[in-house]
Amino acid sequence: MKHPAAIVLGCSAGGPEALKTVLGGLDPHLPQTVLVCCHTGSETVELLCDLLGRASRLPVIEAAEREPVRGGVVQVAPAGYHLLVERDLHFTLSVDPRVNLSRPSIDVLFASAAAAWRGALIGVVLSGANADGAEGMRELRRLGGCAIVQAPDTASAHTMPQATLDRAGADHCVPLDAIAPLLNRLCLP
Amino acid sequence: MDRAPDDIELEGIELDLFVEAMRRRHGYDFGQYAPASLLRRVRLLAERHGDGVISVLTRRLLHEPELLPQLLEGLSVPASDMFRDPPVFRTLREQVLPLLASYPHITIWQAGCAHGEEVYSLAILLEEAGLYERSQIFATDLSARALERAREGIYPLRSAQQWSRNYLAAGGSHSLADYYSARYGLLKLDRQLRRNVTFAQHNLAVDQVFCEAQLVLCRNVLIYFTNPLQQHCLTLFRDSLVRGGFLCLGLRERPDSAEAAADFVPVNADLRVYRRRSAAAMKRS
Repeated sequence: MKHPAAIVLGCSAGGPEALKTVLGGLDPHLPQTVLVCCHTGSETVELLCDLLGRASRLPVIEAAEREPVRGGVVQVAPAGYHLLVERDLHFTLSVDPRVNLSRPSIDVLFASAAAAWRGALIGVVLSGANADGAEGMRELRRLGGCAIVQAPDTASAHTMPQATLDRAGADHCVPLDAIAPLLNRLCLP
Repeated sequence: MDRAPDDIELEGIELDLFVEAMRRRHGYDFGQYAPASLLRRVRLLAERHGDGVISVLTRRLLHEPELLPQLLEGLSVPASDMFRDPPVFRTLREQVLPLLASYPHITIWQAGCAHGEEVYSLAILLEEAGLYERSQIFATDLSARALERAREGIYPLRSAQQWSRNYLAAGGSHSLADYYSARYGLLKLDRQLRRNVTFAQHNLAVDQVFCEAQLVLCRNVLIYFTNPLQQHCLTLFRDSLVRGGFLCLGLRERPDSAEAAADFVPVNADLRVYRRRSAAAMKRS
């Protein structure tokens, strides 16, 4: 695969705790774009950004439509909208119907990111209680991206990582604690 | 070399050809839609009507004109909820309608009304403010099928609970159930609510100003447009509004970078409620 330009992370139930562990372990000099899609069920992701921002050494902000994607910043999909990445690396939002009962949907983010970055993308699926993300990860791998899946037995909800393994397979299936070191190794120059 | 990335190039060509065919065959121009969300919608249509291949869909688009309404429905604004984002409707109720009350006749344009959920929400607000008798709502959409649905005002009953909560959170003083009847798993809104609503087809990309409005609502429509088309629409809204008229956009929309945004001042920036600048203010700027 190419040297990664971006990381996309997807999760739902148990996701915020898992994200704290992963983002908390990321090297603050990581130049990559980091995008997060987490089903929260809340009206906004303001609290999620605060929570993750306290755990992470990279700044954590909500992704905004029409903004260019940024490196060295964690950008979170807003509640109630699908987040998509355009080929020219700007964000687009959509209120199209839910996918896998979810909006934002991990499949939607992953598929658009895969088309934008192709082989220069790492996808990460963490804890979650539905199968969103599995199809997106399949597309990401098809276009040459690298798949990291949290080992299901280390996930507080194993359905999502298991469904991803079943549907897409993985380049790395590792315990939660090993994900950040792996990302640092793959991403730092 | 991996073949997969070529698929993406090919699909890009197919999407361009679909857009071109739609424009030349039927006169609808989607060339200024945000590519990522447009591609998603076209892919879904291709799944449904083209064996999963965009070129097959394009062929049918060219040769089967009867397919057009379904395609336009799939490419236009998706369904909303009644009183979606209750704080916005509360602001309309508490801060905007009292100012509109000073006009002898109130004209409202909802652009991209989809299935009409927000049109009826507006009608209820006006009714409860005692303003509906002297109001006229123009509800427009690109899709004739969406407009048909909107005109019917029939929705799945399972939405009722959420919509009732939204209604109350938006400051509703009755019960939403006062405005609909329920049977066979459907809720049907009181036909009286649309007595001052005109549903009409209007294409934001090409059609002109057609009314002089005190309030324009266009929520979660511009998010599907590229910057030039967003700018075009904001200009259209500005020219459709009386000075001091109100504009209401979707909660996550960012009009700030568009040139026409300078003609609006925020009433509540977080809720994306704006006001067209007065003549004096426009002269100063």
